[in-house]
Amino acid sequence: MKSESQKKALTFQELLFTLQKFWAEHGCVLQQPYDLEVGAGTMSPDTFLRVLGPKPINIAYAQPSRRPADGRYGENPNRLFRHTQLQVILKPPPERVQELYLQSLEAIGIVLAEHDIKFEEDNWEWPVGGAWGVGWQVMLDGQEITQFTYFQQCGGMDLDPISGEITYGLERLAQFVQDLDSVYDIVWSRDAVTGKELTFGDVRLHEEQQFSAYAFDYADVDKLWQHLNLYEEECKALLARAKDVLVEECGDTLTILRFPTMGAYELALKCSHTFNLLDARGAISVTERVGVMARIRNLIVGVAKIYAEQERLKATSNEQTLVGA
Amino acid sequence: MAEFLFEIGLEEVPARMIPGAEAELLRRVVALLGKEHLLPEGFEALSDAKSYSSPRRLAVYISDVLAVQPDITEEATGPAVKIAFKDGVPTPAAEAFAKKNGIAVSELKTITTPKGEYIAASTVKKGRSAAEVIASELPKELAAIYWAKNMRWIPGSTQTFVRPVQWMVCLLGDAVVPVEFAGKTAERVSFGHRVLSSGEAFEVQTPASYLAQLEGEYVLADVEARRHKIRKTLDHVCRTVPGARWREDEALVEKMTHLVEWPDVLLGSFEPEYLALPEEVLVTVMRDHQNYFALEGADGKLLPYFLAVTNISLTEANAPIIKGNNERVLRARFNDARFFWEFDQRTPLEERVKLLENVTFQKDLGTYALKSERIGALAAKLAQGIDGVDTAALAEAARLAKADLTTELVKEFTELQGVIGGLYAKSQGVSAVAADAIYDQYTPASMEDGVPRSLEGALLGVADRADTIAGMFGLGLEPTGSKDPFALRRAANSIVKILVEGELALTLQQIVEHAAKDEATATKMLNFFRDRVEFYMREVNGTSYDVVAAVLAAGFYDVRDAVARAAAVSAARGGDDFIAVSAAFKRMKNILTQANFALAADAKLAPAGVAVEDALIAKFNEVEAVVTKAAASQDYAAALASIATLRKEVDAFFEGVMVNDPDAAVRERRLTLLAKIVASVAAIADFAEIVAAG
Repeated sequence: MKSESQKKALTFQELLFTLQKFWAEHGCVLQQPYDLEVGAGTMSPDTFLRVLGPKPINIAYAQPSRRPADGRYGENPNRLFRHTQLQVILKPPPERVQELYLQSLEAIGIVLAEHDIKFEEDNWEWPVGGAWGVGWQVMLDGQEITQFTYFQQCGGMDLDPISGEITYGLERLAQFVQDLDSVYDIVWSRDAVTGKELTFGDVRLHEEQQFSAYAFDYADVDKLWQHLNLYEEECKALLARAKDVLVEECGDTLTILRFPTMGAYELALKCSHTFNLLDARGAISVTERVGVMARIRNLIVGVAKIYAEQERLKATSNEQTLVGA
Repeated sequence: MAEFLFEIGLEEVPARMIPGAEAELLRRVVALLGKEHLLPEGFEALSDAKSYSSPRRLAVYISDVLAVQPDITEEATGPAVKIAFKDGVPTPAAEAFAKKNGIAVSELKTITTPKGEYIAASTVKKGRSAAEVIASELPKELAAIYWAKNMRWIPGSTQTFVRPVQWMVCLLGDAVVPVEFAGKTAERVSFGHRVLSSGEAFEVQTPASYLAQLEGEYVLADVEARRHKIRKTLDHVCRTVPGARWREDEALVEKMTHLVEWPDVLLGSFEPEYLALPEEVLVTVMRDHQNYFALEGADGKLLPYFLAVTNISLTEANAPIIKGNNERVLRARFNDARFFWEFDQRTPLEERVKLLENVTFQKDLGTYALKSERIGALAAKLAQGIDGVDTAALAEAARLAKADLTTELVKEFTELQGVIGGLYAKSQGVSAVAADAIYDQYTPASMEDGVPRSLEGALLGVADRADTIAGMFGLGLEPTGSKDPFALRRAANSIVKILVEGELALTLQQIVEHAAKDEATATKMLNFFRDRVEFYMREVNGTSYDVVAAVLAAGFYDVRDAVARAAAVSAARGGDDFIAVSAAFKRMKNILTQANFALAADAKLAPAGVAVEDALIAKFNEVEAVVTKAAASQDYAAALASIATLRKEVDAFFEGVMVNDPDAAVRERRLTLLAKIVASVAAIADFAEIVAAG
């Protein structure tokens, strides 16, 4: 027997549509998920790089996030190898942004007067990216449904303007609005004609099983290390080249603009994901962990610095050339 | 005169920062108005000024503020009359002085000072209006408020504050004072509860109506009232479960007080099957992760219920929804904990010891496997002089103590390290003595906690912390100023507390000697511990600073003994004889210092043939015998009582003779007597440090 609220509740995909529509109507560009493995929506260049520099943006995207060590072969009703975050970046955040956020909850059918809402201090930090901010975890009836952060630093640099980041955990939110104990019971979609429902389990369980098995049982440790080293090498080579391009050829805007900082960033992200796989595989001792994280931090902070410099040069160079480019 | 109200509206301020900030804002506003002469005569900060706060606001109310500052007459003194006037005619010096003060020469006055007659100028400084002062000065006070963590949010500005400022209200009587801060200008509109109020701005009528108007908007801004309502409602809701009471948790009451604007309390329940999990785990999940209060029965055992403080009034409509959701979250968390509890036990602690080779304690100090070895060796050495230690159990506890760091449960609930190890040890057949020691190894975590239940637990805790402190000091990583990243001060505080309250017959010197790898580290550690002993005496025992200084000057290595001496000195210090004697000691010390006198080891006291001197010698011999005996049995009260009886003879001595007699032999004899008196009590306290007026 389904309760009234379950019948009325949005499906997983309707929840996503509704939130995307809400933010699009409030000035956000809807970006697609980044087509690379990341551990959190924050790591997509649409957040990590775009919060750098002076240019305002409003952007939203659903980002699948992979956390190999959290895989449970699909057997834990609350932990996933891969989950989906809806990431909203508001740079700079509008006045009364919290009220706007609360409206987004109402848009997905959460009647505020029926719930207990608290904004509890929860500051965010990603040391590998030289990034931190202050903010809250938004608690709804004892459940954390959103992380709300005002970014302060990224790549070790102060941000100006700062960005407001709203991260919804979509599976948690869906479990909440559909009143369910297991993530696998979430109704993902409902056929408008037949009323036939597909659950999260129908759509995603096989992935959880297989990716958990890969991360815990199959991944080849030696090859992962080789991948990590190769990605790192190439990224470092690019960072070295960047210095020449930006310092010595800074008059040539087109060359600067075409320099593949984002390519370097992707290599750094690949290092990060490979590291996470090695970690899940139990192949990284605690001693090594610190060292490898420092290596990846060098890459990511290096990329951020070059990207910020590119943005600065772009902003100060000839508009015409940029349009031509 | 007018009533004053200031409110600053913010996005939710971290609960932990609100009490300090509210008090600081009040202090700053009162100090500002006082300094600017805007408070009426007879102003009482305790009754005439009030402060309020909620997660979204800080406010100050003052019952009476003067409308304008009084005019201030300032008097400046100029040159001497004889320089200013020659034959009654003003000189250039007089003219320059008058000009500097903006008055005519004819307006100059003559004043009489101890140095003679001088010319002077009185000028009147017009008082500014309160509104003017507040508008110009209050923003500086706001900017100066201390926050543990600040943020920037205004583009192109370096302005920082704890969270973005949303609005300000500043009223002086009926009038708005347009204070500007962080890009906002104070008006008369405030906001109520996010959900329960309409969400629209409302006008604050007068400073006095503020609190009641806010209550009408579902915000209880008086912190004491909110705390009281939470406690009362917890009691009330708890009574619906027969025989139950909620676990008193002052820290959680405090946190919830600063996390809600309009509190209510919800009773939730969970499946009794979870009670099979250790109580420590259940309570940690409820308290630390969900902010729930646990319920217990008359026997002190947990009941399958919890209390949650909500930020909304509960109604028949919303209560079932909120309750159901909270229960589901808790169930999921308990399920995780149960999974970890069972999963962890598949690998016994004994096997986990090996895994510690992969866990770094500190990069230069090696792994936790190495640390465990060091703790074991250190604990064994420390145990040598102590009776009744189960050394085998202590060794086993040291070996297994850190193994729980590899468990999933500790990774998930780090605050339960040690506790989890102890529970696993017990369920895996490790001896009760060793299991309890493992369980207690991080106790006390703060000065409010108790100490380990057993000698073995105390020794393990001391050895672990001493090893950490010695290791970090050896690397030059000691705390500096407000920076103490490895919490070494807390570790040392815990050691001091264990030594005093755990009845552990160890001195700091013994601990440091065995823990430090070289002399330089040992010296630094002992200095560090001295400050911690001082902290313990002052902050935990409430001993006054002069007694602490006096006692520590006489030695602090044996902390228990130092605390006993401090207690005796504190008790004795009020007595008339004691005050007189300690003043006399100060005098004796000064005389000895000035004479640069060193007491020879074999110095003897012989009759001097001078009545007051011989009387003092006789009395001193009597007192010294009592002091030696009493001090040996740590009966410091008796020792001090005896010392106080010296008063009559000491007074007579100082009255009757001159210590610095021209005859060198006499002088030597008298200095020897004083030095022996001072030395006889030097092991209890340096009386010269005692402040008489105390």
